[in-house]
Amino acid sequence: MTVEDEIEIMGQRLNDKIRNIFGRSLHIREVDAGSCNACEVEVNALSNPIYDIERFGLHIVASPRHADMLLVTGPVTRNMELALLKTYNATPSPKLVAAMGSCACNGGIFGDTYASCGGVDKIIPVDVYIPGCPPRPQAVIFGLMVALDKLEQKIRKKEV
Amino acid sequence: MNANIESIKKEFNTNVLEVSTLHNETYLTVKKELIVKMCDYIYHHLDLPVVCIFATDERKIDGSFKIHYVFSEARDDSFIILRISIDEKNPKYPSITNKIASANWYEREIQDMFGLIPQGHPDPRRLMNFEDWPAGVHPLRKDFDIKTKPPRVDGEYIYRRVEGEGVYEIPVGPVHAGVIEPGHFRFSVAGEPIINLEIRHFYTHKGVEKLFENISIDKAVFLAERISGDNSVAHAVTFCQAMEKIAGLNIPPRANHIRTILLELERIYNHIADIAGIATDVAFSFGAAHANKLKEDVLQLNERVTGSRLLRGMNTIGGVRRDIGGSKDEILLSLSIIQRDFRKLMEHLSSTPSLMDRIETTGRLYNDIAKGLHVVGPVGRASGIDRDMRRDHPYAAYKEFNFKVIVSKAGDVHARTIVRADEVCESVGLIEQALWSLPEGDIRVKVDKIPDGYALGICEAPRGETIYWIRTSGNKIERCKVRDPSFCNWLSIEYAVLDNIVPDFPIINKSLSLSYSGNDM
Repeated sequence: MTVEDEIEIMGQRLNDKIRNIFGRSLHIREVDAGSCNACEVEVNALSNPIYDIERFGLHIVASPRHADMLLVTGPVTRNMELALLKTYNATPSPKLVAAMGSCACNGGIFGDTYASCGGVDKIIPVDVYIPGCPPRPQAVIFGLMVALDKLEQKIRKKEV
Repeated sequence: MNANIESIKKEFNTNVLEVSTLHNETYLTVKKELIVKMCDYIYHHLDLPVVCIFATDERKIDGSFKIHYVFSEARDDSFIILRISIDEKNPKYPSITNKIASANWYEREIQDMFGLIPQGHPDPRRLMNFEDWPAGVHPLRKDFDIKTKPPRVDGEYIYRRVEGEGVYEIPVGPVHAGVIEPGHFRFSVAGEPIINLEIRHFYTHKGVEKLFENISIDKAVFLAERISGDNSVAHAVTFCQAMEKIAGLNIPPRANHIRTILLELERIYNHIADIAGIATDVAFSFGAAHANKLKEDVLQLNERVTGSRLLRGMNTIGGVRRDIGGSKDEILLSLSIIQRDFRKLMEHLSSTPSLMDRIETTGRLYNDIAKGLHVVGPVGRASGIDRDMRRDHPYAAYKEFNFKVIVSKAGDVHARTIVRADEVCESVGLIEQALWSLPEGDIRVKVDKIPDGYALGICEAPRGETIYWIRTSGNKIERCKVRDPSFCNWLSIEYAVLDNIVPDFPIINKSLSLSYSGNDM
């Protein structure tokens, strides 16, 4: 199976979920909390003509105020801790947070030091972890699907 | 011994306390009172650029800190390193920034990380430690434990102010609108043109140099790969070269060829990404989509060749971990298709007036400023600085191949685009040569233990010269200084944007292709 076929199948499933839960589209704000920029290379790849996630209803937006989800990369440096918190608080609820990449998941190779907080969940609540260094675009799409399932569960629980 | 050392000795005779040569590096221990005069002499009279300045904490050995000033001599591929000693009780030394502008950030970095004060520095504000970092705590001192979490204190960062009628400030960042790294930009604007820009970085400071001292040598290559993600290979190769120099290893020819191939693949996808970014920022979507598709083609080729889209996990001390995947013919075919499409793209871009109008004469970086700041890589070459580590301090297998160093004089966004475009074609040529002449044999030599010692590693990353200086002791890293090309190039943006309009800032920024993570570490 080629990359294009893989993406087509995953994307359609994602699209169905987004239609069910959000009506039409999911807005994502990417926050670099100290990554090495490899994760940014892959997030940017999601928008290229091969993956083109916009066609499945995913938009990468310019402001946290427009976002349903934060996609956070990096181990959260001491110097980015406050900026990440402010961004989280500026995102309207209900919101999802995805930690993308090994550093965002648990600090990765940068660990927990004077300069690094050691993972996104030390600072803000995380709904889904997408491991990889960096995760391939397919993995990011899969991670987003898991996040949506989780949101669906959250909504159902509230209804019950 | 080369003529430079002779003339320095002649000029300063008894003030040179000690001379030692290791590989192609000559270390001169000198008196700290004379450092300004000596640096000035080497920089202006012998015309050698300062490529790195760094400190080491050697209090355990002789109770002092050392500062090293590294000068590069391209004519015979050698380095001159001046070394001064600073007593713990009097942690001050004369600043050279007034004579050599490119020393600015190095001295401020040393001030934050080691607490050594450059006397007479024109801008002694903090650089890496933010205002909420307590005074008197310096992370790279040996008595600072990496796990310490110093409390946040009150403090304020003072920006340079521009005052006058109609002048206003635009603060941008650290969280930006695009998918890019964090950093702060403060524009002072009167009407549309930018009259001053101040950059404030180090938001992504992750304590990399301290981490090197706290992890095992096997793990260190992986850390080097994660300093600037899109320059993974260049950082890994530079690190490995420094270690191999310390260990006196000659790596197998096949490994050198493979390293060359990886380095050039990295250059190709980075340069195409930069061109894609410029097309995006002038809202030329067709060109951007085309360029991004080409970049993806290279990333997928990377994955077929190495198993990693960003070419990670290949380099190791002593050679490469794996042989290249895929057949020679398949790689050559993919490359020729990429090159054909890339040429078409560049023809298309250069015949689009709406794009050319935005990039010609925009963001001009003049040669004298570029030289003064020691701007490196394609950005420097687009401003007339004829420097390329692949030719000037050859490594891997570059000595065996033919390639042109592309230089332009214009210094605008257009020149930087053209230099990158031509370099992509040279890179394809280099990979072809490396594949055709790929020798049979081993891909790595086994290394059990790294002896005690120190050495420089240098490499031309896609963004320009990358330098490591490593000291080992007891099979551990005692000190690892990393100098990413962006550390040299960031200040150039403050000059390149002057008199340009704010809407052109993103294009200028993209054309300089600066890494935040590599700079902040």
